[in-house]
Amino acid sequence: MKLTKGKIADLLNEPGCEHNHKKGEQGKNKACTQQAKPGAAQGGCAFDGASIALVPITDAAHLVHGPIACAGNSWGSRGSLSSGATTYKMGFTTDISENDIIFGGEKRLYKGISQVIKRYNPPAIFVYSTCVTALIGDDLDAVCEAATKKFETPIIPVNSPGFVGSKNLGNRLAGESLLDYVVGTAEPEYTTPYDINLIGEYNVAGEVWSVLPLFEKVGIRVLSKITGDATFEEIRYAHRAKLNVMICSKALINMGRKMEERYGIPYIEESFYGVEDMNRCLRNIAQKIGDEALQQRVETVIAEETAKLDIALAPYRARLKDKRMVLYTGGVKSWSVMSAAQDLGMKVVATSTKKSTEEDKAKIKKLLGKDGIALAKGNAKEILKVIAKTKADMLVAGGRNQYTALKARIPFLDINQERHTPYAGYDGLVEMAKEFDRALHSPIWQQVQQPAPWETVSS
Amino acid sequence: MTTITRNKKSVAVNPLKQSPPLGAALAFLGLKGIVPLFHGSQGCTAFAKVLLVRHFREAIPLATTAMTEVTTILGGEENIEQALLTLVESAKPDLIGLLTTGLTETRGDDMDGILKSIRKRHPELDYLPIIFVSTPDYKGGLQDGFAAAVNSIVATDYGQSVETYRGQSLQQVTILAGSLLAPGDGSEIKEIVEAFGLKPLVIPDLSESVDGHLDDDYNSKTPGGTSKEQLQQLERSLFTIAIGESMRPAASTLKEKFGTNYQIIPRLTGLGAVDNFLWLLAQISNYKANNWQFKPQIPEKYLRQRRQLQDAILDTHFYLGGKKISLALEPDLLYQTSWLLKEMGAEIQAAVTTTKSPILKELPFENVTIGDLEDLEDLATGSDLIITNSQGKGLAKKLNIPLYRMGYPIYDRLGNGSRCLVGYKGSMQFLFDLGNIFIEIGH
Ligand code: SF4
Repeated sequence: MKLTKGKIADLLNEPGCEHNHKKGEQGKNKACTQQAKPGAAQGGCAFDGASIALVPITDAAHLVHGPIACAGNSWGSRGSLSSGATTYKMGFTTDISENDIIFGGEKRLYKGISQVIKRYNPPAIFVYSTCVTALIGDDLDAVCEAATKKFETPIIPVNSPGFVGSKNLGNRLAGESLLDYVVGTAEPEYTTPYDINLIGEYNVAGEVWSVLPLFEKVGIRVLSKITGDATFEEIRYAHRAKLNVMICSKALINMGRKMEERYGIPYIEESFYGVEDMNRCLRNIAQKIGDEALQQRVETVIAEETAKLDIALAPYRARLKDKRMVLYTGGVKSWSVMSAAQDLGMKVVATSTKKSTEEDKAKIKKLLGKDGIALAKGNAKEILKVIAKTKADMLVAGGRNQYTALKARIPFLDINQERHTPYAGYDGLVEMAKEFDRALHSPIWQQVQQPAPWETVSS
Repeated sequence: MTTITRNKKSVAVNPLKQSPPLGAALAFLGLKGIVPLFHGSQGCTAFAKVLLVRHFREAIPLATTAMTEVTTILGGEENIEQALLTLVESAKPDLIGLLTTGLTETRGDDMDGILKSIRKRHPELDYLPIIFVSTPDYKGGLQDGFAAAVNSIVATDYGQSVETYRGQSLQQVTILAGSLLAPGDGSEIKEIVEAFGLKPLVIPDLSESVDGHLDDDYNSKTPGGTSKEQLQQLERSLFTIAIGESMRPAASTLKEKFGTNYQIIPRLTGLGAVDNFLWLLAQISNYKANNWQFKPQIPEKYLRQRRQLQDAILDTHFYLGGKKISLALEPDLLYQTSWLLKEMGAEIQAAVTTTKSPILKELPFENVTIGDLEDLEDLATGSDLIITNSQGKGLAKKLNIPLYRMGYPIYDRLGNGSRCLVGYKGSMQFLFDLGNIFIEIGH
C-alpha cells in the first residue's frame, strides 16, 4: 500500500466511522482529523496504533524500520497474550544510524529481512515504517516486494510513520495492510454456516479466552481472530466468514466496511463487557446468522450464564451498590464499561467523550443520566478536579492515569492495554466486580490519608 | 585491555538500548519544577513516558511539540513556540528541558535560530531558562542522551541569584550523578557527602523527584530535584565529583566555565571504590577547613559500615566465587557491576553493552559486544546468572538461568525509586541479593 495524501484522507474520512456521518447537521466532528496540540498532546503515534493492531499476530515477526526510539522504547510491552507462538513478543528493529540516514536505509532493511528469515523463519514479517525512514523517503513497498519474491515469505509493508497521525489512524493503516496483503490469500480447510471473525479484539490479559468457550457452547465458530492470539494463516482466510463482529472498537472499522464491499460479509459492532452487552452480542450474532436452532441455543446459554452470574455477583453487588466512579477512557470503551458498571449497581458520575463518535456520545448521555458529567477534553489535572467535584469513590482509566489517581490517594482500576485481568464475557464481569471491590475496600486508603500524630497537635 | 566487538547485524533483535532522548528526559527529571519537552512527533514522548511510568510507578511529566508530517517539512518553530506557551500556562514550570529527536534532527531544524527568535518575540519568558540538548535517536543510547543533557544543564546560564553571598564559603561540592545511579543511590550519596560537613549539589537529583513519595498536590512538573536557585550557585562549588565516566564532558564544562577542579569516580560499589570516594571527600572537607596538618576525618558511621561490608564480602564469597555471570548493561553500569563481581571472585562469562565509551577498554575481562539481547542469549548459555533489565526475562527463562534486574526498564520489580546499590551499604545489598539468589537455587 502506497501511503499517499489521498489514502490518509480516505482513512480519516472513513465512512464506516460515525465521526464522519453527521458532519452536515451537527457541525463538524473532528475527533478523527484532530491534530495533536503542541505542549498538551499526550497520545501515541500512528506507528504505536499500527503495532497495537498487528503485534498480537503471534507467529509473525514485527520489524520496525527506524531509529531506536520507536522499537527500543516499546518492544515487548504489549499486553496481548498467546496460546502458541511467541515470536510476536520479540523486538526487531533496523536501529538505523546516521549513515543510513545519509545514504538511505533500504539496503539495511533488505539485509535485515534476510537476517530475520534465516534465524527465525516466521510465516510472515510485518515491516513498519517510522518518522525518520518515511522522511528520508525509503521505499518500504519496493523493499518488501523484492523480499517477498526472494524469500518466498509474505513481507508486508505497514506504512505507519508516527507523524501522519494518532493511534487511531495507525490502527486503520494496519487494517489496510491486512486488507491489501493478507486477507483473501488462503482458503480454510472447511467452512461452516456459523463462521464469524472477531475484529479489533487483541486478547489483552487473555480476554478472548473468556468468550471463545461461550461461542463454542452455542455453536458459533470463530474462523479468524483479528488479531488477538491469531496465527498469520487464520487471517489469510478471514474472507470466508459469514459475519464480521467488530469488538469495542471503531479502530478497525475500515476492515469491516471493506470486507463487506469486497466479499459481501456483513458486520456488526458489539462489546463483551457487562451482562447486557454480552447477551446482546450473542443474540445479534445468532440473529444475523439467521439460524433458529442457534438462536434457541443462545437463549439457553444466556439463561444459564445469567443465573450463575446472579449468584456469583450477589455479594459484590451489595458491596458496590451506589459507589461512584469517574471513568476516563477512549471511544466505545466508555459506554461498554459504563454498562458493565451499572450491571454491578455502581454509578458513573463522569466520563470522557474525547474519542467518542456522535453515536457513542448519545449512548453515553443516556447511561449517564442528567447529573452525569461528560468530559470533552481532559488531562490529569482536569480529571482530579472532576473527581473532587463529584465526590467520586474511584477512578477507572487507562494505565497512564494510574499514578494520577494513586498520588491523589484515590482508588484506581486499569481498563486499558497493560492490565493483567480479563474483564470480557460473563466470567470477566465477576473478575471486574472483584477488582472493584478490592480497590474500593482496601484497608490502605485510610492510612495514606491519615495525618501523622504531630500534625494533629494544635498549639 | 578489553576488546570491543560490534555485532555486524542489520537488525537489532530484542534491543538492549533505549533512545538518547529518553535518557535526556530522565536527566531533566532530576531538576525541580521542570517539564522535559521533546521536539518531535508525539509518539516518541508517549513511549518514553510509558516506559518511565512503568519503571518508577510514578506520574511522569513529559511534553511534546507534536510535529506532524507537514510541520516537519515546514520547520518546527511554530510548534516549539506553541508548546512553550501552552506549558507555561498549564504547568507554570521553573525550567524547561528541550530535547530533539530523530525526526527533527533529520529535518535539521536550526534550534539556536528558533530559540533566539522565540526569545525575541516573547520577552515575558525571560525568567524561564530553557535547557536545550540535541539528542538524535540514531546516535547512541540512553546513557549518551543522559550525559548530553547533564552537560547542557551545567552549560546553561541561570542568571544571578538574588541572594548576596559573595565571599562566604558554601562548602559546596557538585556531584554529577551519571545514569548508572538510581534515585536511591542519589540519596545515599547525599547522605555520605553531608556526613563530611559538605553541601552536595547533585545534578541531576532524581532522589527528590522520582524516588516514590506522596505529595500533597498534583504535579504537572517535577515536584523536586535540583532547583533553579541551586543551579545559580554552581559557580560556588569547591570541587566537582563526577560519578560515571560519561559525566566527564560535563565536569570539564564546569572546569572551563568556573575553573572548578574535578575528579571522575567511575564507580561507587565495592570496598576499594567506596574507600576512594570517602578519602576524596575527607580531603575536600579538609581543604576547606584550611588545616594544613592533614588528618583524615572519616565519620564513625562509615567506619562501621566498612567493617560490615568486609564481613558481607566474607559471607558472600562462598556463593559468588567462581560463578559465571553474563551481563547486558549500559557502559558505566557494566563497568561498575563487573568490577565488583570480579573483585568477589566471580567470572564474567559474557558482556553486552549499548554504545561506545572509553570506559569499555578498562573492563575487567577480555571481550565486550556492542549489541542486543539476542547476542546475550547466544553468549550466556551455561552461565550461573544473568544481569540485565526486565527485557531479559524471556531469554533467562529460555536458558533457565536466574535473572538479576538492573538498568532500564525494570517493569516487574517494586521499589526502583528507592533501591540503593552504591556506597558500603549499597554494595552490601548487592552482594546479599546475589548471594540469596544462589542460595535459593542451591548454587
Ligand atoms: S512518533 Fe515517529 S519517531 Fe516517534 S515513536 Fe512514533 S514513529 Fe517513531
